[in-house]
Amino acid sequence: MAKEYTVGGSSFIDNLGKIYALYTGAFFGFVILLAILEQVGVPNRFIGYGFVFLTLAVYALIGILSRTSEVGEYYVAGRTVPSFYNGMATGADWMSGASFVGMAGTLFLLGYDGLAFVLGWTGGYVLVAILIAPFLRKFGAYTVPDFFSERFGGNFARFLAVIVLICCSFTYVTAQIYATGIIASRFLDIDFTVAVYVGLLGILLCSMLGGMKAVTWTQVAQYIVLIVAYLVPVVILSAKKYGIPIPQLTYGQAIQEITSLENQMAAKGLIATSKDAAGNLVAAKPHIKPFTTYDPLNYFALILCLMVGTASLPHILMRYFTTPSVREARSSVAWSLFFIFLLYFTAPAYAAFSKLEVYSLVNNGTPLTNLPQWIYTYGHLEGLVKICGVAADTAQNVINACQKIAGHPGTLRFQDLNINPDVIVLSTPEIAGMPYVIAGLVAAGGLAAALSTADGLLLAIANALSHDIYYKMISPNASTATRLIVARILLVIVAAASAYTASTKPGDILSMVAWAFSLAAAGIFPALVLGIWWKRATTAGAIAGMILGFAVCLYYLVGTRYFAVSFHEVWGWLGDATAAQKAQFAKLKEAWIAAPEAGKAAAYAALDRQAQTIASWWGVRNISAGLFGLPVGFIAIWIVSLLTPAPSQAVQDMVDATRRPRGDTILQDKGAMAH
Amino acid sequence: MANGSPDRYWSRTSALMWTMFVVWLFFSFIVHFFVNQLNSIVILGFPLGFYMAAQGSLIAFVIMLFLFAKRQDAIDREEGVAEDR
Repeated sequence: MAKEYTVGGSSFIDNLGKIYALYTGAFFGFVILLAILEQVGVPNRFIGYGFVFLTLAVYALIGILSRTSEVGEYYVAGRTVPSFYNGMATGADWMSGASFVGMAGTLFLLGYDGLAFVLGWTGGYVLVAILIAPFLRKFGAYTVPDFFSERFGGNFARFLAVIVLICCSFTYVTAQIYATGIIASRFLDIDFTVAVYVGLLGILLCSMLGGMKAVTWTQVAQYIVLIVAYLVPVVILSAKKYGIPIPQLTYGQAIQEITSLENQMAAKGLIATSKDAAGNLVAAKPHIKPFTTYDPLNYFALILCLMVGTASLPHILMRYFTTPSVREARSSVAWSLFFIFLLYFTAPAYAAFSKLEVYSLVNNGTPLTNLPQWIYTYGHLEGLVKICGVAADTAQNVINACQKIAGHPGTLRFQDLNINPDVIVLSTPEIAGMPYVIAGLVAAGGLAAALSTADGLLLAIANALSHDIYYKMISPNASTATRLIVARILLVIVAAASAYTASTKPGDILSMVAWAFSLAAAGIFPALVLGIWWKRATTAGAIAGMILGFAVCLYYLVGTRYFAVSFHEVWGWLGDATAAQKAQFAKLKEAWIAAPEAGKAAAYAALDRQAQTIASWWGVRNISAGLFGLPVGFIAIWIVSLLTPAPSQAVQDMVDATRRPRGDTILQDKGAMAH
Repeated sequence: MANGSPDRYWSRTSALMWTMFVVWLFFSFIVHFFVNQLNSIVILGFPLGFYMAAQGSLIAFVIMLFLFAKRQDAIDREEGVAEDR
């Protein structure tokens, strides 16, 4: 059978180890080739092109070779993906452009408090494994809403799940395409909008022809590129600095040096300071000191929301539909977390090494006339590094800006520096004096991370539209061919819509990405978990829980962000604003009322800005809105379920069958059995 | 033979879930409540409280998931509900 020799065919599955080992070897060979080309004088620009276009071409090739005309392959990769490889694919699916490029930077800026993201984005997989994934695999769904429909009495629950899915995935995918555009435009030196559509093309080539099957095998390839790209620079750096190529081990020494430098800089006034209990001047935000940015309530609330959000995001859950068995679904979650762990436990090392570098620069009293080149490189690029409030593009601009600050010593102070989080990972090769080829490698890694996450998210959205809305709700008799055509058309439409949105650089949408976790946690998690673990959960209960949990979460998110003034006025008694903050609010409000027509908008903006800092319930930050939505969802399901008659015997039997690994899936695959 | 009792299968599965859940709770939250106390212990330059959030809990999550997969599979087999494949 000729089909067997295509990507995803049975001989392909049998030889996965060989194929991807060869691929990895070829990738290393390619990096070495570019390194040689760089040494013989090929300009950096072409090295950058080489990385971006060759990797894109390989992903596209895999995507095209994985084309399929079977529904089961399109939606769940024919349920043939071994757990190890599904783990890699999930790793790439999960780790976004922001994780790759921005995570280390967040840790650089926040120190210990940033570790809430490291914990939150890994621990959720424990919930996926013990509560959800194996059961959904046994269930045999094509999409997450499939489960809601079957368990909770039909299309209304399905529709609600689709709404939640789209709300949390669309902003997320827009951010991924935006990241693709940023990375491509930086390294290829092309216009951002053009770069966005180049990225879109890459994404569509990977996903359109082969659906989940194509996305799976490109994600495995993308994982390899992204993890190599993430580890290589920091391993080299660790070997250079400490003689041991294990950065995860050696950055302990960097942390010691950071702490000692913080004390020295505090004494010299080179860093923002505060007084400790004994009255000594200390750095205001030491790297290892907990709760300098988030108070403990917000720190732990953030961890909870990110973890539960992880366990509810449909583009992650659907990856576990593709394993050959329930057993492999479980081990696949373990592999996923292992592959994700490799990146996340390295990120703090990047942060520590960069911080040490910057602190050394500051502590040595580096004159503004003598700053290292990387500062100007990234200062020039969209002002990613700012000094004394201006983009650090030339030495003269920086000196002029700093001279305007009263009492500025003429040497770099830490409080003068404003570094965009993205710079930390991107600049590491340059800071460590590595050749440009390593910088190109990092760009290829960031691109792989953004593209792979975008693929998964787009497929989750488009599949919900084509399978749940079109096939299950509008046209249940559609033929296989029609379903696949509709699926592809919707994929292109969704992709084009998010690329268009990304190309307008929408600040609001990009800042909403963090909302996805709370929204998914509040809207999906309670009904999903109780649907499996509590037979007594009824349709009415689940619907009430989904609506109320999601609504409370959305109300809090939108209220504290966009209607902060009225939110504070309604809920001020429940907030944690101090008397001084309340007085300030009252003063700004009077100023706004008294302002002449021409100054109204500015006065309101000032009032709104201040209101955003105090509008809350118990001081919980906007990003952790799931802290309210989650319990509301659980309690609503519990109460309403007990008030309504128990689910029918048929539904209860179905839950029993879902819990037992043995036996056929609940929903029968059509087309997936063709092997 | 007691094998194949659906109730016993599910109670063992639930017990494993709750065990894992408590371990998860410990490494996600409880251990980090004591970050300041743990930070006074320093190993290889890492203050222990910082280390637990940066690496320790993550390693625990990975290990517990492999153990969970193995343990649950053993339960499946012993209770006669494992897949044939």
